[in-house]
Amino acid sequence: MTQQTDPSPPTATAEPAARPAWSLQTGPHGPCLSVRGAWTVPNGGVLPFTAADIPPPPPGTTSLSMDTAGITAWDSSFISFLWEAKQAAASAGLAFEQDGLPAPAQRLLALLPPNPAPPARHDSHKQNLLEKTGDLTLGTLNETGVVASLALDTTRGAMHALHGKSRMRTKDLITDLWNAGPNALLIVGVVNFLIGAILAFVGLVELRRFAAEIYVTNLVGIACAREISAIMTAIIMAGRTGGAYAARIATMLGNEEIDALQVFGIPISGYILLPAILSLSLMMPLLYLYGTLIGILGGFVVSMSMMDVSPVGYWISTVNGVELKEFVFGFIKAFFFGSFIALAACRVGLKAGRSAADVGIAATRAVVIGIVGIIAMDAVFAVMANALGI
Amino acid sequence: MAESDTLISVRDVELSFGPKIIQQNVSFDLKRGSIFAVMGGSGCGKSTLLKSLIGLLPPTTGRILVGGEDYWAQDEHRRTQINHRFGVLFQSGALWSSMTVGENVALPMEMFTAQPPDVVRKLVELKLGLVGMEQAIDLFPSEISGGMRKRAGLARAIALDPDILFFDEPSAGLDPITSARLDDLILTLRDGLGATIVIVSHELPSLFAIADDGIFLDARTHRPIAHGSPRDLRDHSTIPEVMAFMNRSSTIPPTDETKANQHV
Repeated sequence: MTQQTDPSPPTATAEPAARPAWSLQTGPHGPCLSVRGAWTVPNGGVLPFTAADIPPPPPGTTSLSMDTAGITAWDSSFISFLWEAKQAAASAGLAFEQDGLPAPAQRLLALLPPNPAPPARHDSHKQNLLEKTGDLTLGTLNETGVVASLALDTTRGAMHALHGKSRMRTKDLITDLWNAGPNALLIVGVVNFLIGAILAFVGLVELRRFAAEIYVTNLVGIACAREISAIMTAIIMAGRTGGAYAARIATMLGNEEIDALQVFGIPISGYILLPAILSLSLMMPLLYLYGTLIGILGGFVVSMSMMDVSPVGYWISTVNGVELKEFVFGFIKAFFFGSFIALAACRVGLKAGRSAADVGIAATRAVVIGIVGIIAMDAVFAVMANALGI
Repeated sequence: MAESDTLISVRDVELSFGPKIIQQNVSFDLKRGSIFAVMGGSGCGKSTLLKSLIGLLPPTTGRILVGGEDYWAQDEHRRTQINHRFGVLFQSGALWSSMTVGENVALPMEMFTAQPPDVVRKLVELKLGLVGMEQAIDLFPSEISGGMRKRAGLARAIALDPDILFFDEPSAGLDPITSARLDDLILTLRDGLGATIVIVSHELPSLFAIADDGIFLDARTHRPIAHGSPRDLRDHSTIPEVMAFMNRSSTIPPTDETKANQHV
């Protein structure tokens, strides 16, 4: 909207232009609104004009006319003002005389509706407590059903895969296995090494007071094998792989890729979910084992520098102190953690909206649900282990 | 007249991705107040040329002069300033999905003008009113249709009162009526805003209806092969590719030259 000005680049502004101003005079046919100055947004913003600015018209007047002779430049600011003036004239019962306006301004004004329409509001139906509870219950039941049927589909798909009848593409499975397994080795290793080292450090400082330093091997070994490595690895994988699954599926949804699969009748569970869930479920226990060993190694490195025991002695003490059942327990937990993370992430992804913002929300939600779910599941496992005396 | 009539001059521009040449020897002048069409078949580099005009992709060689300034020789800060003269309507609107339509239009104003919120709101209502979208101001992009998204994108493109508007496939994916309305809207906005328009499209009816100058890019030789308004090219061009394109013919009449070049 710079046709009346010199459209020079922003920095090359000349001497300050006259501020925009307006005044109302009484003309022969009614009030005449005369404007002058440079009506540009940078120069003066948008001047307000309301119906109250028009004095009560004397009887016999019919229109509000415009005098734009004093105007030197204009853009949106002027059009906005004209629009308000037009509305004000209409509410004062006057016709708005456009003839005095520059032709381009008339064309733009003609595009605008008579009044700014009331904006469409979102449905903000207030729910009472009963409705909310009902909605929540139904939603939870529904969600449980959907997740259960997803899990069932996937299990069935896995069974088929065992018989070599799966429709899953081997290439997808290998890619997913690679991403969920070998690609995660570094981060899982670093985190577990440091956790083992920290455990050994804290344990040694305390155990030294009782001259029971050698039991640091049991502390590090049992803690890593039974709880910490499984949980830490699961949390890492929830953030790393779960978030990626959710984002990938949500993006596929936004690009109508999921729709295309459905139209062809390619089952989403077999094509997308199965490789993802299978690879995380399979890789998670292996990562757990690896993480545990690295954690024990971390403890070993710290202990060697802080206590007076031979490396062989440390290893023998560890092997004696940590029973095999701890590893079995952690291994089983890791399998369930992996399945849960993948299933939750896929479900969150499939449920996401179709915009970029929704992809972000889906990734966040998958990570949050994954981590909280892991901790909750671990608590259940602890109770069960206690009851069974493992 | 102090200001020259040419807003953008493109001089011997070559565009490439690595060793792959997209277009070369591209030269044209964009005249003030014109509607300039960048035409050509799919994959000929129309959108790539547009990208280099709006500052997203530097050309490999050649110069793009905006108001006499060599655009790509400026630093990033200066380029951003020049970009404020541009308004771009992307192919599918490219509205920011986490913001409402109104916020989409308001963001450039909030970032680059020092206006109070009520003034910004007023201007947003105005821009959306111009494209007939004032009722959607508080809706999110996911809640409106594709045609509305395009119009909202147009409102965002004119947010800073640019004097050059770039349209990437404005009528792609729109029904003929919506597309014709968008053409009308573009013409009215051109006259009303006094803007110059660059339009990348292969929608022939829309090109014939609105464009008054243009360039035809050839995908095979990677060069522009014709200059002029689409109507003129349709009626008077003797170049086989251009004739086939403009008349929606599925076969290109073979000439000796095309036969000779087929093995290139």
